[in-house]
Amino acid sequence: MSGEKTFILDGKPIAFEDGDTIMDAALRAGEYIPHLCHNPEFTPHGSCRICMVEVDGRQVSACTFPAAEGSGVVNDSDQLTAQRRSLLQMLFVEGNHICPGCEKSGACQLQAVAYYTGMLALDFTHFFPRRSVDASHPDAVIDFNRCILCELCVRASREVDKKNLFSISGRGINSHLVIDSPTGKLGDSAFAATDKAMHVCPVGAILPRHTAYNTPVGKRLYDRQPVNMVGDVAGYEETDER
Amino acid sequence: MSSLETADHPEKLNRVVIEPLTRVEGHGKVTLLQDNDGHIRQARLHIVEFRGFEKFIQGRPYWELPVLVQRLCGICPVSHHLAAAKATDMLVGTQQLTPTAEKIRRLMHYGQTMQSHALHFFHLCSPDLLFGFDDEVRHRNIVGVIEDYPEIARQGVLLRKYGQEVIRLTSGKRIHGTGAIPGGVNKSLDRHEIDYLLKDIDQMIRWGKDAVELIKRIFFEHEAYHLAFATIDSNMLGMIGDNGAFELYAGGLRARDRDGKLLFDHVDATRYTDYIREEVKNWTYMKFPFIDSIGPENGWYRVGPLARVNNCDFFATPLAENERQVFRQLASGKPVQATLGYHWARLIELLYCTEAIKELLHDPDISGTELMSRGEMQGCGVGVLEAPRGTLIHHYEIDDEGIVTRANLIVSTTNNNQAMNESIRQVASTWLDGNELTEPLLNQIEVAIRAYDPCLSCATHAMGKMPLEITLVNAKGEVIDRLEKGATGLIRRALV
Repeated sequence: MSGEKTFILDGKPIAFEDGDTIMDAALRAGEYIPHLCHNPEFTPHGSCRICMVEVDGRQVSACTFPAAEGSGVVNDSDQLTAQRRSLLQMLFVEGNHICPGCEKSGACQLQAVAYYTGMLALDFTHFFPRRSVDASHPDAVIDFNRCILCELCVRASREVDKKNLFSISGRGINSHLVIDSPTGKLGDSAFAATDKAMHVCPVGAILPRHTAYNTPVGKRLYDRQPVNMVGDVAGYEETDER
Repeated sequence: MSSLETADHPEKLNRVVIEPLTRVEGHGKVTLLQDNDGHIRQARLHIVEFRGFEKFIQGRPYWELPVLVQRLCGICPVSHHLAAAKATDMLVGTQQLTPTAEKIRRLMHYGQTMQSHALHFFHLCSPDLLFGFDDEVRHRNIVGVIEDYPEIARQGVLLRKYGQEVIRLTSGKRIHGTGAIPGGVNKSLDRHEIDYLLKDIDQMIRWGKDAVELIKRIFFEHEAYHLAFATIDSNMLGMIGDNGAFELYAGGLRARDRDGKLLFDHVDATRYTDYIREEVKNWTYMKFPFIDSIGPENGWYRVGPLARVNNCDFFATPLAENERQVFRQLASGKPVQATLGYHWARLIELLYCTEAIKELLHDPDISGTELMSRGEMQGCGVGVLEAPRGTLIHHYEIDDEGIVTRANLIVSTTNNNQAMNESIRQVASTWLDGNELTEPLLNQIEVAIRAYDPCLSCATHAMGKMPLEITLVNAKGEVIDRLEKGATGLIRRALV
């Protein structure tokens, strides 16, 4: 179509509209750029750095960087994949991600992106932080061991649920998710199972009660197709298939 | 209890250590104390691992129990998966599983008992039984079996594979699946899956029958020796069906004394603490359970195939029942106490599992859609079943939020702890006493332990050519003899 604006992603022309980020345009065109903290329903965050791409030789986060006419974007390169693997490994060792016992295994975006990038082992030493499980809510559980600080629940609660129940407190390695309630417990907050924040967690941190392991191995989101083909956990979480 | 448990003056005796034990699951060692005349004065089986599952499961949500705790073991994780699932059934208030859920779980359990028994007999123990306990060590292993008896080895591998396939289709994975969940299961079998399993089941039954014939032939070739080797008189404990039938998944507990007299029967397994207590000793990490009414001195018992086949009144499947009757003739109706009878009983159970799997595959309930049933949450859950190695008990308590606050696991091998110690003492005093210790003689100690199919750690298993060092130290602390087995399997006598 004449007049359509495009940029080049790994050699392919990608159409975009004014105001689009590289991620917006790529997702619309069916091109996968690995990501964890991005969800098109919320304000882009640019914090996980998994979606880093090269625009004309300079690294930027695809979810926050505006698409520009004629620019050349590299998403699929050995260097970027290696960099993503390192970032993912850091996420794995910084928390307690024990995939073999985790009920989110097979439908976990962190695990799926790690597989996608070829991360098969860890090169860094585990931190093994001591973190708690908040099971005070009748319909949900928060396992802080698995939180990757993507702030999707923070944004969902603020932008969609209008409850502002979650926030990140602390700095650097001490950053952690906190809950707005008198006791700091989920059960004493205004959180409800119908909240958007319940359904956007890309890992096994915010979980519904009474559904663990209900989906047999072989039928979980990422059992048959990789993340670049089936997309994010968030969409799946709101279906009955879970 | 044998007098060889604790010597009067161990500091004056020579100490021989068999470490690690090979062709068993997990890590353990045996210590023998000899006097200067070569007489055995003390023999102990030590479990040298410490796992800590009961501690680190605390603080986790109860629904993770069936998936997390099964990681104790890579050989029969389904046992822990199902025992924990049964305990969580109680926690979620399930009074009765749906027929589909119960039958899918049974199918999974029979599949794993079949594969575990095949692994134990063919891969781990058949080298001792086919070649003799004193066969050359480099030949006395599964590779030797493949070379000399390729058809037997092939059948063993394929029997195990079939059991693993049953597990895969019922739990999602061959090892560490997720099929059983609190209150039921997460899948049933579709027509395609049933047909896939039906295709080979008759062959498996035939091979199961052949395996029983094989162990009978081996046993009767040297009947007197096999009846006497490592044999001890013990009480027997196991699960039993309502009508006295052989049972692996759900039923009451039955215990018989050394002569076969009932000590208790059809006891609600969730009340095991009323009947069984545990003793701790300062020289091993493993506890010593005993029947409370008899006391620790004589209340120890055996579990597993030998106890189950002795304890039950009948098998519900025809081929296994025929074989049970032949087996029980060994002791003229009294309990068979021959420790090597474990192998025979184990293969009768394998045959039973193949028959029971076939029955279930023809049961329409295994394709049902009613998978779950739940009621009011409870604070305490106990799950008991018969694992391949014997009675397995999982006991959990949770708080109001569903977080695990206490866990107690009594695994099958723990139940057999005293019995294994008694068996090695019998071997030590009968066959080793007064002799120069050699590798074949020491292997007899391991043969006695292997008969119980112990899972010493329930997670790792040592097989074949593990490094082994045997050191003989005299009363003055001087090393007077040392045998070393390297990673290549070669044994040499070190210069001392």
